Amino acid sequence: MLSLHLILFLAFGAVCVAGAVNLLAQTHPINSALSLIAVMAALAGEYLLLGAEFVAAVQVIVYAGAIMVLFVFTIMLLNAGVEEHTKGSRVAIVIGVPGLLIGSVLLAWVVLHRSGTEAVAMGALPGDPRTIGQLLFHDFLLPFEVTSVLILIAIMGAVVLASKPEAIQKRKEH
Amino acid sequence: MVPLSYYLVLSGILFACGVAGFLIKRNIITIFMSIELMLNGVNLSFVAFAVHWHALAGQIFVFFVMVVAAAEAAVGLAIIIAVYRTRETLNVDQVNLLKL
Amino acid sequence: MNHPLHLWLIPLLPLAGAAINGFFGKKASRQGVSAVALLGSGAAFAMAFFVAVRFSSLSLPYQEVFAHWIRSGNFSVDFAFYLDQLSLVMLLVVTGVGFLIHVYSVGYMWEDPSFYRFFAYLNLFMFFMLTLVLASNYLLMFIGWEGVGLASYLLIGFWFTKDSAASAGKKAFIVNRIGDFGFLIGLFLLIQHFGSLNFQRVFEMVRPLPAETSGAGLLTAIGILLMVGACGKSAQIPLYVWLPDAMEGPTPVSALIHAATMVTAGVYMISRSHVIFERAPIALTAVAIIGTLTAFFAATIGVAQTDIKKVLAYSTVSQLGYMFMACGVGAFSAGIFHLMTHAFFKGLLFLAAGSVIHGVGSEQDMRKMGGLRSYMPWTFLTMGIATLAIAGIPPLAGFWSKDEILWKVYSQGSWVFWLIGVITALITSFYMFRLMYMTFAGDYRGQDEHELVVAGRAHGHDAHGLPHESPAVMLVPLIILAVLSLVGGLVGIGDRFEHFLAPVFEQSVPLSAAAEASSAIAETGGRGTEWLLMGISVTLAFLGWYLAYLLYSKKPELPQKIAGALGGFYNAVVHKYYIDELYAAVFIKPLIDGSTRILWHGVDQGIIDAVVNESAEGARHVSDEVRHMQSGNLRSYAGWIAAGAAAVIAYMIWIWVKA
Repeated sequence: MLSLHLILFLAFGAVCVAGAVNLLAQTHPINSALSLIAVMAALAGEYLLLGAEFVAAVQVIVYAGAIMVLFVFTIMLLNAGVEEHTKGSRVAIVIGVPGLLIGSVLLAWVVLHRSGTEAVAMGALPGDPRTIGQLLFHDFLLPFEVTSVLILIAIMGAVVLASKPEAIQKRKEH
Repeated sequence: MVPLSYYLVLSGILFACGVAGFLIKRNIITIFMSIELMLNGVNLSFVAFAVHWHALAGQIFVFFVMVVAAAEAAVGLAIIIAVYRTRETLNVDQVNLLKL
Repeated sequence: MNHPLHLWLIPLLPLAGAAINGFFGKKASRQGVSAVALLGSGAAFAMAFFVAVRFSSLSLPYQEVFAHWIRSGNFSVDFAFYLDQLSLVMLLVVTGVGFLIHVYSVGYMWEDPSFYRFFAYLNLFMFFMLTLVLASNYLLMFIGWEGVGLASYLLIGFWFTKDSAASAGKKAFIVNRIGDFGFLIGLFLLIQHFGSLNFQRVFEMVRPLPAETSGAGLLTAIGILLMVGACGKSAQIPLYVWLPDAMEGPTPVSALIHAATMVTAGVYMISRSHVIFERAPIALTAVAIIGTLTAFFAATIGVAQTDIKKVLAYSTVSQLGYMFMACGVGAFSAGIFHLMTHAFFKGLLFLAAGSVIHGVGSEQDMRKMGGLRSYMPWTFLTMGIATLAIAGIPPLAGFWSKDEILWKVYSQGSWVFWLIGVITALITSFYMFRLMYMTFAGDYRGQDEHELVVAGRAHGHDAHGLPHESPAVMLVPLIILAVLSLVGGLVGIGDRFEHFLAPVFEQSVPLSAAAEASSAIAETGGRGTEWLLMGISVTLAFLGWYLAYLLYSKKPELPQKIAGALGGFYNAVVHKYYIDELYAAVFIKPLIDGSTRILWHGVDQGIIDAVVNESAEGARHVSDEVRHMQSGNLRSYAGWIAAGAAAVIAYMIWIWVKA
């Protein structure tokens, strides 16, 4: 039954999958980063289809806008080049990939076997800021505060880890 | 009307691509990006189930996942920079001192 | 009611002496150590004497219970002492002769650096021996039994730095152990069938049982097992081999332990268990046969020995055979009588031999002695008296006891035993007088007299280095024992000794028919036959003396010729019939070989060590393989995680599908 919902879903889904596969196929990390940005944008579209506007917005702003920028900056900073072809681990290929395949097949079988005709309506989720706010600052206040502390710690950790050793010495002498 | 299972399959595909990237790729930054891909796939399934069960908490969970992913990305990239300083390489196969 | 005699003091005073000397003796002076040791044994003797004085006013048997020991269901054993005529005789002999030997040892061991250790061990021995003698149950007696074995081991190997002494000590202990094994099995049988080890209770239960005349039964088994134990302790065939080796110990040890007291423990034990033996004729006959054979066998070996102590050792084995013979025909009081007189004259013989050895500077080979009569008159005199006693020349002690045995053996046993016994008496007399002539008569064959005078310090005391008499502290015990050897036998006149011990040995079971017939002979033929047999044995004793005189004094070249004529047989006798070599080949070598090959290489190294080593090796191999997982490679870790996750998912789905 071809509805607008389905067409849009398939369109965004195709972009997601294409971007994911491209991430694997590219050799230069910057290309992989750009593919990942495309995936995230398409996912934001999927969220909109489901009615989660707030999540979609946050996805674009935080994920695609901040985290991926961080990735790109790092690639620039480290001057990452094309991936070298080194002799890696046989285990990863021999054991990991089959494991992955088996896991995926099993999950797919479960999903397709189990699910019936439950359908998701377009935009079914009430994603208005009022409800979100209520949940975030009333029901889930503690996790909210804890994650803010987490971010603070992450910032401090990142600064210390990434700074030059002499810089730390200078700071200590002050 | 899209059945729930379609969303779950899409989420699964994204997750599988993430795992495959982790296993196949050699550049540490690319591996990190595969991790982000995995997290995104999971986020999608969270939202899909939130719609299915009419539980708005699913969205909030996605929010927190994103926050943690951000923190993790920041710290992880800082570590990569620190390791690059001493090892001069971004190839994960050459950073193998944690062994017997 | 009896007033308490405090019998517990008797063994405990020597034990206290042993403890004091053992812990504090090293730093103490010789005088102090001797004082403590003499006090320990002397006080025991005084107490025994005191008990003897009060003896007639006691109601017998007299028992003192000190403490409970084992209480297990119906079986119970106490620390308790038991006194009757038999224990009194043993008590006086042990403490009396023991005290005299302690006095002698003060002089003999004066030069020894481990003076204190000797007296600690000697007192310890007294403690255990007295426990053995006074015990009121088999288990306490067994404690004393084992303890005297231990003391014997410690004292034989006293000079433990000498290889031969250490080996001799080990040999004594191990051979004893074999006998003890038999003893223990006998005790187990007693516990199983009578539920007790207390003398009175066991004998009460055994008394109503009939004699096992028609074949072997329980009592025969117990009897033979007890006899095995006695053979070990009293050095009878086949467990006598330790006694000649035990001469490695100092001479006072040989006198006390291997002549007067410890070796008689077996005879005491058999006499104590007479109730059992009387009802097991087969066991009793076995005792008699072993005793007779041993007496004869050991005497023949003693004839060819050249070491003065070895002659006396074989003589001891032989005389113990006499005691066994007596017990074996039911004449227990005769056996105990001979035990007493033997303690006197054999103890004296050993102490005098020690005096001789001391006087010639630690030389024990009789071929290097001779003519010592002029140098050591007192030793000569006392040893002569002892020799007369052991040869059975009237009216000394040995004559009375040995003759009593021979008469009883003839009248209650069989004339075969008597014949072998009387031939053994001839041989005994011969080798004892041989010893006397070789040692004291003729010329001194030791180092050249002139050389000794020149050498000066030949052995420490005498400036001239010639043989010399021993100090008074050694001579006085010799004299006392000589007096006892002279008059000690007179208690046997008119069967007074036998009557004294009669309440202990009263027989309530009819003897076998043969024994009854024999005692009938004794009643009728009686006095006449007794005098005749007495005459025969005395004549043979003098004959032995004459033969010794002939071969070793008048015509000293004869022994060589006779030995040459006998050739191989003589060699066998000199080498003790190669019994030690036989035991080594038949028992010891297979045991050591088996132990080395099977137990050591096979079990210990092959199985136990292998299991431990192999499991360690296996762990190492496994970890060697597994460590490759920790490669430090990130991607392989990820691969394992993916595979693991797939496994978990599969498992969960499987569960879900099943449900």
